[in-house]
Amino acid sequence: MSIQTDPHQGDIHHARLDDYSGVVPSPVRPTTGRPAQLLGLGALALAVVGWQIFDLHLGAALAGAFVLYLVAVYLVYRSLGGPRVAVDQLMRALVYFAFVCAVLPLISLLWTVLAEGAAKIVSPAFLTQTMNGVTGLHDQAYVEGTGPFIGGAYHAIIGTLIVTGLATLISVPIGMFTAIYLVEYGNKGRLARWIRFFVDVMTGIPSIVAGLFAFALFSQIFGIRDAKMGLAGAVALAVLMIPTVVRNSEEMLRIVPNELREAALALGVPKWRTVVKVVLPTAASGLASGITLAIARVIGETAPLLVAIGYARGLNWNAFENAMTTLAVYAYSMFTKPLSPAVREPSLERAWAAALMLVLIVVALNLLARLIAKMFAPKTGR
Amino acid sequence: MNDSVATEQRPARTKPVRRVGDIVFGGASLGSAVLILLTLVGVAVFLVIKAMPALTADPAEISGGKGFFSYVWPLVFGTVVCSLIAMVLATPVAVGIALFVSHYSPRRLGAGIGFVIDLLAAVPSVVFGMWGMAVFAPKLFPLYGWLEDNLGFIPLFGEASASGRTILTASIVLAVMILPIITSVSREVFLQTPRLHEEAALALGATRWEMIRTAVLPFGMPGVVGGTMLGLGRALGETMAVAIILSPNVFTWNFIGSGNQTIPAEIALHFPEASGLRLAELIAAGLVLFVITLAVNLFARWIVDRRAEFSGAN
Repeated sequence: MSIQTDPHQGDIHHARLDDYSGVVPSPVRPTTGRPAQLLGLGALALAVVGWQIFDLHLGAALAGAFVLYLVAVYLVYRSLGGPRVAVDQLMRALVYFAFVCAVLPLISLLWTVLAEGAAKIVSPAFLTQTMNGVTGLHDQAYVEGTGPFIGGAYHAIIGTLIVTGLATLISVPIGMFTAIYLVEYGNKGRLARWIRFFVDVMTGIPSIVAGLFAFALFSQIFGIRDAKMGLAGAVALAVLMIPTVVRNSEEMLRIVPNELREAALALGVPKWRTVVKVVLPTAASGLASGITLAIARVIGETAPLLVAIGYARGLNWNAFENAMTTLAVYAYSMFTKPLSPAVREPSLERAWAAALMLVLIVVALNLLARLIAKMFAPKTGR
Repeated sequence: MNDSVATEQRPARTKPVRRVGDIVFGGASLGSAVLILLTLVGVAVFLVIKAMPALTADPAEISGGKGFFSYVWPLVFGTVVCSLIAMVLATPVAVGIALFVSHYSPRRLGAGIGFVIDLLAAVPSVVFGMWGMAVFAPKLFPLYGWLEDNLGFIPLFGEASASGRTILTASIVLAVMILPIITSVSREVFLQTPRLHEEAALALGATRWEMIRTAVLPFGMPGVVGGTMLGLGRALGETMAVAIILSPNVFTWNFIGSGNQTIPAEIALHFPEASGLRLAELIAAGLVLFVITLAVNLFARWIVDRRAEFSGAN
């Protein structure tokens, strides 16, 4: 930054310093990335030829072409610009490759979920019926064309809303108050430092251990027979959710300008009213988006609920008694234990539809969080 | 009430006035904070209570008939191996993506990629599991067949499973799942690299890769290590993907055949039907998992925090 120059000066040295952030002024550099692009096209063509004409496996063809591409890039740039440029281009190719590595599975996954789940997610039976009384015989009849498609995820949708809602009700007050303690009260004290540390540790609790904890806690209180209930699942989810809420909220409260607090306190406003009326409203958009992200994180949890709530075929509105089902557990159980082992198709379709619904919910929550953060952000000078 | 106190004793006015609202509000804040500590202690305590029967039981009564230790060690081994493979696969790719975002891509593209990575982190693990078993595992079979034919002399590549539902498949899916966390931590530290270091490297004539190697990577390395450990912690506890993808069996060195099992998957598969001593066994296995992940996470936090102290950023 300190060597910033005036771009309007015609001096040749300044012109060189100008492009320090992008191009490297080096005597060995080639002027263009064109050879790499041409080689890339060539490698792609080679892969297609290997795949279509020589009947290679598509993956093998692509992998072979990529290796050839790397070798070719290295050799070409070595002859054009020397070994240093060659290594630079090689690493560039690898970095781009890493990016493709992450995007490919995501695309494949989203495509699979969409393709397999789209058929049933719009079916009224899927949206309004439970699995109560639905057996493998019904599925068989449906596949043979002698019966309608029955059995859906209505109970799972309701269960997801109840369990996630309860988890939010538990974790938001605890998480927010903890964040308020960390920022407004504890600040740099020893207790605050310990709490911050343990919140970080809590982030790392495996989800299934949270489920086991909820089960152990509730079986200690209610006895092992009556331990599985919606509330237990909500507690398990809350254990996973609280650290996220605390960390997000703490960050948001911390960026509230100190001048606002000082102004309120100087006017004689009690501290708690300062927090409630000044700090929280200022940070509201950030807090809301953080909580939305925390909900998105736990709404797809399967393992803790499998352990703490179990699986129910029917609708259960009561979170304090008996098993419940959420979408994730529903998808898991339909996928791994189809109603009729002989005719798996209808159960798999249900599972994929539930998975698609989950993915849509999660994506929607993520977008919503971004929207909240953007739309209702406090107007600061920046 | 406050008024009367204030007017009767003048010196007391300098003391802060204690209002009911403040006491309640401050108490609630402190209470919540302490509740979090209690929860963490509670997790350990309740797991120990419920696991006790399995830890103290007659060895012959435990599954396998040779005591809890010999029941749990293959599971621990499976868990650790699966997570380590995932970590080894994910780290270079994650560092590559982080570099792509911080130093290669156009700035506006970077934000979009950030969203894609967030999306990858948000996909529920059960969906990853279903995709891994239905789509990904069959695709890997040709590769496993090739490994068996050509590298079969290495014990790791024994008889290939026809379904592709092996511990290596599970590891690769786990690698995809832990990519986002390693990427985001690495990207943070790469972006914090002092601008002047980078400019100095470039001004000396370094190529972009040489600049990254000499300025960015040394600065970001502790962050990358910490992020990797966090990813390892996540992989150790990951349940559903492994439970769905892996077709479990006894321990084997053959990573491309069926066999092996991880602790979380074992719990998820057997817990719903378990009762009595079996229940205690599974909870005890969960306790072991808790201890392992706790150790890994403490170590990761220690590294990341140590780095934060001397980074000079902010």
